[in-house]
Amino acid sequence: MKNTEPEKFGAHSRRTFLKSLGTVAATAATAQVQSVAAELEKANAEKTVGPGAVPVTLNVNGEKLQLMLEPRVTLLDALRNYSSLTGAKEGCDRATCGACTVLLDDLPIYSCQKLAIEAQGGEITTVEGLAKNGDLTPVQRAFIQKDALQCGYCTPGFIMSLTALLKKNPHPTADDVKHACAGNLCRCGTHPHIMQAAFQAAGMPVASKTEVIDYA
Amino acid sequence: MPSWPANPKYIGQSTLRIDAEAKVTGRARYASDIQADGWLYGMILRSKWPAAKISGINLDKAMQVPGIKAAVKARDGEFTVRFYGEELAAVCGTTKQACLDALRAIEVKAEPKNEFAVREDDAIKDGAPQVWDGVANVTTGKLRETGTVDQAFTECDAVIEGFYTTPVQIHNPMETHGNTVSWTDDGVTAWASTQGVSSVRDALSGALKLDHSQVRVLTDFMGGGFGSKLGATVEGVLAARLSREARAPVRLMLTRFDNALAVGNRPSSFQKIKIGAKADGTLHAFEMENYGTAGIGAGADAGGGGGGADIPAPYIYKVPNTRVKQSVVAVNAGSSRAFRAPGHPPAAFGMESAMDDLAAKLGMDPLEFRLKNDSNEVRQREYKIGAEKFGWKEKYQKPGSSPGVVKTGIGCAGAGWPAGGPSRRTQGEAQINPDGSVEFRLGVQDIGTGTKTVIAVVAAEMLGLKPEQITVRVGDTNFPPGPGSGGSTTCASISPTVYDICDKALQQLQTQSGIADARGDNWFAACKKLGITPLVVSGNWIDGLSTRPAYGVQFAKVEVDTETGLVTVKKVLGVHDCGLIVNRNTLESQINGGIIMGMGYALYEERVMDDLSGVVLNPNFETYKMSGIGDVPEIEIVLLNMPERGVIGIGEPATVPTAGAIANAVFNAIGARVPSLPITPAKVLAALGKVPPPAVSQT
Repeated sequence: MKNTEPEKFGAHSRRTFLKSLGTVAATAATAQVQSVAAELEKANAEKTVGPGAVPVTLNVNGEKLQLMLEPRVTLLDALRNYSSLTGAKEGCDRATCGACTVLLDDLPIYSCQKLAIEAQGGEITTVEGLAKNGDLTPVQRAFIQKDALQCGYCTPGFIMSLTALLKKNPHPTADDVKHACAGNLCRCGTHPHIMQAAFQAAGMPVASKTEVIDYA
Repeated sequence: MPSWPANPKYIGQSTLRIDAEAKVTGRARYASDIQADGWLYGMILRSKWPAAKISGINLDKAMQVPGIKAAVKARDGEFTVRFYGEELAAVCGTTKQACLDALRAIEVKAEPKNEFAVREDDAIKDGAPQVWDGVANVTTGKLRETGTVDQAFTECDAVIEGFYTTPVQIHNPMETHGNTVSWTDDGVTAWASTQGVSSVRDALSGALKLDHSQVRVLTDFMGGGFGSKLGATVEGVLAARLSREARAPVRLMLTRFDNALAVGNRPSSFQKIKIGAKADGTLHAFEMENYGTAGIGAGADAGGGGGGADIPAPYIYKVPNTRVKQSVVAVNAGSSRAFRAPGHPPAAFGMESAMDDLAAKLGMDPLEFRLKNDSNEVRQREYKIGAEKFGWKEKYQKPGSSPGVVKTGIGCAGAGWPAGGPSRRTQGEAQINPDGSVEFRLGVQDIGTGTKTVIAVVAAEMLGLKPEQITVRVGDTNFPPGPGSGGSTTCASISPTVYDICDKALQQLQTQSGIADARGDNWFAACKKLGITPLVVSGNWIDGLSTRPAYGVQFAKVEVDTETGLVTVKKVLGVHDCGLIVNRNTLESQINGGIIMGMGYALYEERVMDDLSGVVLNPNFETYKMSGIGDVPEIEIVLLNMPERGVIGIGEPATVPTAGAIANAVFNAIGARVPSLPITPAKVLAALGKVPPPAVSQT
C-alpha cells in the first residue's frame, strides 16, 4: 500500500543513506562493513546537493541542455517535462517496460532509473537524435517497412535497444534480438514485426509467413 | 449499389503506415507528450482502503507545497469509497516532484471498514460484506433454457463436467490513461489518450456543465486502449477542474499503479459446464452456470459504469438442449470496462476446453469433433485450410501420448465475433485544393490499428492517386463525427465513408471542371479548374460496402516440461477472415497482436487481490506478467479474402480463440486438463498430480 502520511521527503542524501546502511551492516558485522566504511568516508567528502533545484547540464543529441532541476528528477522526467524531447516515453516509471530507453554513451538505459544529475557528462541519445538531417537510420527505416509498430508508444524504446544492439553486434541471431529487447514491453503485440525489422536493419534476410487465400 | 473496385491498386496490398515516420522519430505527440503553454503536472490521490467512509479531505497543507497551483476533491461532503484506488483528490503544480509532495500532504479523515470482499468466492457467501449497501453482491440473470436438458443428458452416450475459470485481466496499454486539459474563458480543449474523441467530449461537457460546442477533444496519437479508453471518466474531469482552478493547462496522466486499479479490466469467469454428445459425436445437451466479477460495476446500483460478466454460451456451437444461468458478483475492486472482444475469450476458453474434454471421452479427434458440430461454413473452411497448413493429421496424437519429460501437444479453437461491422452514422469530409493536394478529415481516432492509413488507401484507390498524396486528419471533435474505436468497427465505418466522399468529390469535380474523369492523370488539371476556391465535400457511411460478423480459427503447438510445469508455445497458426482486405500489413499486425495478447491471457496474466488487505497485489509490470518478445512463438497467418462481403474489422476476433487453442494443446500434451487460466507451472504440476492444487479462487 502507498504511504499517504506526510513525510519529509527529498532530504535524503547519499551520505545519510550510507550512514543508515552502515549501521545495519555494522550490526551484521559482515565482511562488507569495511567497504561500506570506505564508501562512507568517500561520501562524507562529497558536497550534498539539493533538495532544492540545482543547475544540471545534459549533453543530449549533441546539444547542451541547461536546466535547473531538483536532484531527485530523473533523466526521463528531465527530458519529457523540462525539454521538448518527449520521444522517450513513460510507461511505468520503474524499470519494467523500456518505453523510456535512451542511449547513454552508446549503452541502452532506462532513463526513468537514472537521475538527471548522474547523467551529466555522458553523451545521451534519444530517438529524436537518431536521424541526421532527416535521414532515418536503418533501424528506423526497417520499423516503417516491416510495420514494426502499432500504437507506437513502445516504439522509441525498442528502436533504442536495437540501435545499441546493432552497433555492438551487426549480425545478431534471433536470440540476440530477443535478449536485446527483453526489457521492452509492447502491449499491441508487434513483436514478430519487430524481429523482422531487426533483421532487415542488419541487412539479413527476412521471411514473412503470411498467406492470402481467396474464399470464393 | 456501390461496389469496391474489381482490380484494386492499393486495396488489399500493403501500404506502409502513413504516420510511421512520426512514430519512429519521436515526432508523434501523444496526449502524454502535450506541452501546452504554461502547462502544469497533475496527479491523483487514491484510496488506500478497499472500503471506507470518507468524512473529510483537507487540502490546505497540499496547497502550501511550493509549486502547487490547485487542489480539488474528487467529491464533496461525506462519501464512501468501495475499492482500493478510488479517487479522493487531485493536485496540480509546476513539477511532478511538487505533486508527489502535495499528495503526501493531503489529510484524509476516513473510517476504514474492516469488512469487504475482494474475491468472488468471498463475495458470494451468505452474509458476505455488501459492496453496495442494501444490495446483494450477486445479481443473477434470467435462466435461459431451450429443449429438455435433463432428459437430453440421459440420452447422451458421453457426458463430461468441468469447472473452467478465467481471471480478471488488466488492459495495461503502454500509454496510461489521461489527458492534457486546458480550460479557458473560450472553453475546454482536451488532448486525450482515448479511443473515442466524441464520447470524451460528451462526457466532459456533461460533467463540467458546458455546451458540447465549448469542448474540443484532440487525439492525434494515443498509446493503446483495448477497450478501456472509451470515455473521459474521473481523471479527465479532475484534470479539467484543476485547469479551471489553476487557470493553466494541466497534464494529468495516470501512473502505472493507477492504471491497474481504476480504469477497467476484463471480468473473471467461473464456468461450471456439463456437456454431452451422442456416440457419433453430435452435441446433444449443454448446461452452464457461470459467475464472474466486474468489480464494483455489478449489483443493482452499478455506479461504476462497468459492464457485466456474462459470456456467450455455448459459444459458437448450436446444442439443441441448452440451459444457461449466469450471475455477476460485485467485489470491492475497480470496475470492469470493455476489453478486446468482451465476453469472448473466456467463453472460447471454457467452451473449447469442454469440447476437447468431451472429444477425449468420445475417443474422437477434436478437430473432427468440431467439424461435425460447427455449422458455420466459413469456419469449416478455415479449419480445413488450417489443418492442412498446420499438418494436423500428421501431428495429432491422443492426449497424453507424447513421450519424454518435455511433452508436445497441439490444439485448436474457433471464434465468432458478432460485431466488426460499421457504425452507420459515420461522417467525413475532404478538402480538395486547386493545387491538387487533398485532405481528409474524419472524427475518428487511430488507436494503433492503422486507421489513418486505411483512409489514405481507400482515398488513393478511389481518386487514382498514391496514398502518400493523401493528407489524413483524425482525432478532432471539430471534424465530422465518427464512432469510438470499439467493437472492431472503425475500418468498416470509415472505408465506405471515404468511398462516398470520393464518389461525391469526383462528381463535383466533373461538374466544376468539365473533365469527365478527374481521377489519376487528370487529377491536377481538374483541381486547377477550381480556380481559387478549394472544394469541400462531405460524405457519410453508405450501405453495401461493409458487413459483419467475422470468424476465425487458431491452431497452437506447445511444449510442456512435466518436471517444472512450464508451458512454451512453439507455434500459433491463425486463419482469419475480415471480408475485403483493405491494408495487409496493418491487418497482419493486428492479428499478431491478438494472438500475443491471447497468449498472455492463456499463460501469464491475472490480477491478484489480497483478501486480507483488499489491495491489488500486482499493479505493475514486474508482478503482472504479459507476453514479452522472448515468449512469442512462431506465428503464421492465413488471411481468407472475401471481397464480396465488403469490409469487416479484425481487431477483436484475432484474440478470441488463442487461449482456448493453447489450453487444448496443453491438454493434448499432458493428457490432463488445466481448467484454470492462466496456465501457470503450479497448475500444470497440480494437473499432473505432482503437487497439491494451488489455492485458486474457487468455491
